[in-house]
Amino acid sequence: MGVMKRVSTIFRAKANKQLDKLEDPRETLDYSYQTQLELLQKVRRGVADVATSRKRVELQMNQVQQTTEKLDRQARDSLAAGREDLAREALSRKAGVQSQLNDLQSQYASLQGEEEKLTAASSRLQAKVDAFRVRKETIKATYTAAEATTRINEVFTGISEEMSDVGLAIQRAEDKTEQMKARAGAIDELMASGALTDALGGPPPDDIQAELDRMGAGHSIDAELERMKAELAGGSAPKEIAGSSGQADPSVSQPGAPSFQKDQPGSGGA
Amino acid sequence: MIIRIMGEGQLKVEDSAVDELNKLDSALELAVEQNDEAAFGPALHALLEKARAVGTAVPVDAIEPSELILPREGATIDEVRDLLADGGLIPG
Repeated sequence: MGVMKRVSTIFRAKANKQLDKLEDPRETLDYSYQTQLELLQKVRRGVADVATSRKRVELQMNQVQQTTEKLDRQARDSLAAGREDLAREALSRKAGVQSQLNDLQSQYASLQGEEEKLTAASSRLQAKVDAFRVRKETIKATYTAAEATTRINEVFTGISEEMSDVGLAIQRAEDKTEQMKARAGAIDELMASGALTDALGGPPPDDIQAELDRMGAGHSIDAELERMKAELAGGSAPKEIAGSSGQADPSVSQPGAPSFQKDQPGSGGA
Repeated sequence: MIIRIMGEGQLKVEDSAVDELNKLDSALELAVEQNDEAAFGPALHALLEKARAVGTAVPVDAIEPSELILPREGATIDEVRDLLADGGLIPG
């Protein structure tokens, strides 16, 4: 007996065992319908859980992407400052973070696949449950012991099989979601502690990171200082123009009072 | 007869096509028995591909048991062994 037949036999045996538990076949139908509704709810929750988990991975992928961009920037800043050692360190970390990103991307795809399958399973089960409800009432209304028992057995076994299949699909999706959650949590913690980059080796990373940060901060402070110096060197005139740009335009084109002071030495010389 | 591909739904297959499925099923069974991971994946995939090729979808509101049940695409060898072991794996 092949795999296909054996699995089918096991599914049937399981359904029969449940059938035997209840005396009245009609009771079986009602009981089964309750179980189906519960399972439907569970599937819907499962779909929602997977979607939530997928969105979280999406957010995390964005974060990790930003980290790679940051490291890239730091590498450039380090190079510009003549610190090739720091640039090298930043790039090697970037490579490590990049591999985390690739890993997340493949997990994201698998979670997306799981979500699609579960959504499809959910609508299949919904259709079956709707059909079951109708059939259940018909069988109950035309209930004449022997004949109905056969039909009940058939429909019960059929729906049990569907439920076992869907049940396994949910279980798998739940396992995957749990794994993803655990993984996402671990990466969040690692990112927060900086240990993710520690794991990539190299000299004491905290010092390097701090130095990179200081350099990053230093650079922006330098840049801001430069901007301020430039502003001060330009005197108060640019500030006035910037502050009243709407009114300043006509006054600039006219030989107005503010420009008169500057023009005087120039025109006097020529 | 009606067969089920787990995770995909049921298909109606002409009796004349069942022999071909059985051949592929035997290869799958052998792979499971010998714990041959390398043979298992392709054997399962071949069986499912054949089933999809010879089968037509059963209406979604039909409620009938399947004569044959095929493991889902991408199932592991352990998963199939659990299915066959009749353990506590099948919920509901």
